[in-house]
Amino acid sequence: MYPALWRLLPGPRPVKALQCLILLLAVVAVCFVWLFPAVAPYMPFNDNTIAPGPQSPGPSQ
Amino acid sequence: MSDARAARGSPVRQRTAVRGENTGAPRRLLGAFGEVLITLGVLLLLFVAWQLWWTDVTANRDQTSTIQTLERDFADERQGGPAGKEPPATLKSVPFGKAFAIVRIPRFGAEFARPVLEGTDRGTLKKGVGHYQGTAMPGVVGNFSVAGHRTTYGRPFHNIDRLRKGDVIVVETKASYVVYVVDRHLLVTPYQMEVIAPVPQDPGAKPAAAWMTMTSCHPKFSATQRYVVFARLDKVIPRGDGLPASLMAAPSGAVA
Repeated sequence: MYPALWRLLPGPRPVKALQCLILLLAVVAVCFVWLFPAVAPYMPFNDNTIAPGPQSPGPSQ
Repeated sequence: MSDARAARGSPVRQRTAVRGENTGAPRRLLGAFGEVLITLGVLLLLFVAWQLWWTDVTANRDQTSTIQTLERDFADERQGGPAGKEPPATLKSVPFGKAFAIVRIPRFGAEFARPVLEGTDRGTLKKGVGHYQGTAMPGVVGNFSVAGHRTTYGRPFHNIDRLRKGDVIVVETKASYVVYVVDRHLLVTPYQMEVIAPVPQDPGAKPAAAWMTMTSCHPKFSATQRYVVFARLDKVIPRGDGLPASLMAAPSGAVA
């Protein structure tokens, strides 16, 4: 995968390296802006509200 | 195919081709598979960094700007806007998602200030502390209930477990500084709605006092339980009188 990418990129080594860096930053940006915010709601640590749920009404303490 | 590759390939690849006809393809496949796994691993680490660090960065920036807007808005009111002649009325209802108050907690640091927005859905809680719709407004009889992130998205209630009985919580609205004093805390399941009842933990009872309830997740990085803090109304200071500096003094053992 990565060797293929390296071969595909045009130019001498430094130019290839620069392109790789730009691609990497682009991937990170896509993740931070779109992918991760879309995935975050499925993570278990982002809930902090009290809501009616399967056990509702809960036992009084 | 291996001939063609050997013909134009580098010396390294020629050597692997010589070693055997069958090793080339599976080996490359396995290598690519390994690369995919490594990539997924790096992406997971990147996600952790985003969740634990970047969401704080962006949320803190957004919430600070919301606070500035609110402070400007509140100050305009005091100096006498269109309706500045008479004291601004107590809040009755606020549109969903709108920031309407600032919560200040000296225990969390002298500079600690977070916007309070109407509603407790995910999007709202990213922007600050969320007010449970239908619960009382600050300073009035009933239960002013709010939720805030314990971790991530600016984590306004990160140190909720450090609150002690007697700690001051100031809710600043357009009309006044509403001062609550922490009474007690509680760990509950996420479904125990009675903590935000008009009389906390006594659903159905008719409220006679003004309470504030704060909820956040517990333990940190988990959604198993909720950490709940109850505070009782101490006093309501009209905005014109100003907030006494002594009230905002950090209690001993404060976080910052």
